[in-house]
Amino acid sequence: MVKVLIPSGALGLGYDRAALARGISERPDIIAIDGGSTDSGPHYLGTGTSKYARGSTKAEWRELMQARAEAGVPLVIGTAGTCGANSAVDWLAEITREIAGELGMTLKLAVLKSGQRPDAMIDALGQGKISPLSPAPDISEDVLASCSNIVALAGAEQIQAALETGADIVIAGRTTDTAIISALPLARGCHAGAAWHGAKIGECGALATTAPNSGTILVEFDAEGFTITPMGAAARATAHTVSAHMLYENSNPNILYEPGGHLDVTHAVYTALDDKRVRVTGSEWVVSDRYTVKLEGARLAGFQTVSLVTVRDPRYVANIRAWCDDIVTKATEKARARVGEDFEIELRVIGLDATLGALDTDAQVGTEVGVLALITAPTEALSRDVAKVLNPYLLHHPLTEDEEMPTFAFPFSPPEMSRGAVYEFCLNHVLELDDPMEAFSLTVEDLGA
Amino acid sequence: MSRLGDMVLKVRSKNAGPFWLTVDIFCGTPDAYAQVCASVTGDRVAALFKVSPDTVDRYEMASLNVVKFSLPRPAVQGTREDRDMHGASFAALVAELDV
Repeated sequence: MVKVLIPSGALGLGYDRAALARGISERPDIIAIDGGSTDSGPHYLGTGTSKYARGSTKAEWRELMQARAEAGVPLVIGTAGTCGANSAVDWLAEITREIAGELGMTLKLAVLKSGQRPDAMIDALGQGKISPLSPAPDISEDVLASCSNIVALAGAEQIQAALETGADIVIAGRTTDTAIISALPLARGCHAGAAWHGAKIGECGALATTAPNSGTILVEFDAEGFTITPMGAAARATAHTVSAHMLYENSNPNILYEPGGHLDVTHAVYTALDDKRVRVTGSEWVVSDRYTVKLEGARLAGFQTVSLVTVRDPRYVANIRAWCDDIVTKATEKARARVGEDFEIELRVIGLDATLGALDTDAQVGTEVGVLALITAPTEALSRDVAKVLNPYLLHHPLTEDEEMPTFAFPFSPPEMSRGAVYEFCLNHVLELDDPMEAFSLTVEDLGA
Repeated sequence: MSRLGDMVLKVRSKNAGPFWLTVDIFCGTPDAYAQVCASVTGDRVAALFKVSPDTVDRYEMASLNVVKFSLPRPAVQGTREDRDMHGASFAALVAELDV
């Protein structure tokens, strides 16, 4: 039996302290927490930075380091610093050294890095070791070379290698959400289908229970299945909340692909043990014939300047689409003549269809609208200059030529704001490996020694 | 005839990675589930998203009273064309289907 304690769905999200304390009193074999995902967008992988404030991360990580010391078991974090790029791993490792120093802790830290060098990826592409998933953007040597960060998603094998160093704390770069949870149960011979299925159910903490905000859950793995127990006083796991979690952010509710194989839960059986705990058996792990890891990459997609104007005049509100279309045409023409050729101006009407765009075929306009202008160009200077050419139109453009010049509402001065560099995800591919560790690096250091 | 969103517990949409969108219709009861299964076809969802029906995967999960759809994201997450980083607003579009 292996007990894995999951404090919450991600470091930085917060958790119920009493639930964490209850979890520690259950004597877990390991504490595992996720540090990120792609869900906040390409900026974080593009820049190799975390979305959470350093102070928030440090406060929660300090508590988890203290809980770990109390339990005397390893603490593992995957996808450190939101994106799991090497720089984000370094960031969390530095916070860890700081906390260990402040608390006078002595511990062994293992750091697993998932970052990939573009030239190594170009070689792998040439050797036919990179294959597309569906839908995959086209890639080439140039695309790989242009990525500011490429990461490979580590699986259970790489986390096991880090744990085998005897580390007290493992800080891992990009991993699958599940690998940090499944690694120890798999290493100790628990049922492989159960190890991956329990890991998927546990990866978002208490999200698979009736009290998602309570954070902490305990998953117990054994030779036949797994049992999930929420640690929040009011939280309950039910057969429904547990089985429904396979739907969550997962395109296929029965299958989950991981390095080295896939999980199939088609025949899983969910049994309520009491009004709080659920037991799951019948999950299958299917080994693949190739060992592959998924790749994520982000690259610069230009520079963006944004502006926001609000329109309250009823005639303009009623004709807002025509007004916007006319502005885009005229401002694009003028900016091409005056500041440069290569840019895009887009106006989104907030209060009409800014969220869904052309898919929102029955959208209706209300009392007022906001017009969000997005100007994207290959350089920051050009995106800002185009925004400045656009500005007089947003301020004064008339619906017809024979009317008095109108004036619209800017909430700020200056009215345009630079968003700086913008990034895009450009890989949805897998990398074939001969040895699971070949694309990853593992280092160990003693803190406070 | 009623709107899907008014007759089920919840319609949820989320990213399934940067390249996929997944829509879960929690019907709540076997009766509602049967109606949704019969009415909300892959073709209708494809039309809503203005994509070819063969790009839309559909799953019926009787044990959960859930019908699920997955499709490539209307715009890859976070690209210049994307309007909803977390993909949660597409649920409103599906919830407005007539059943």
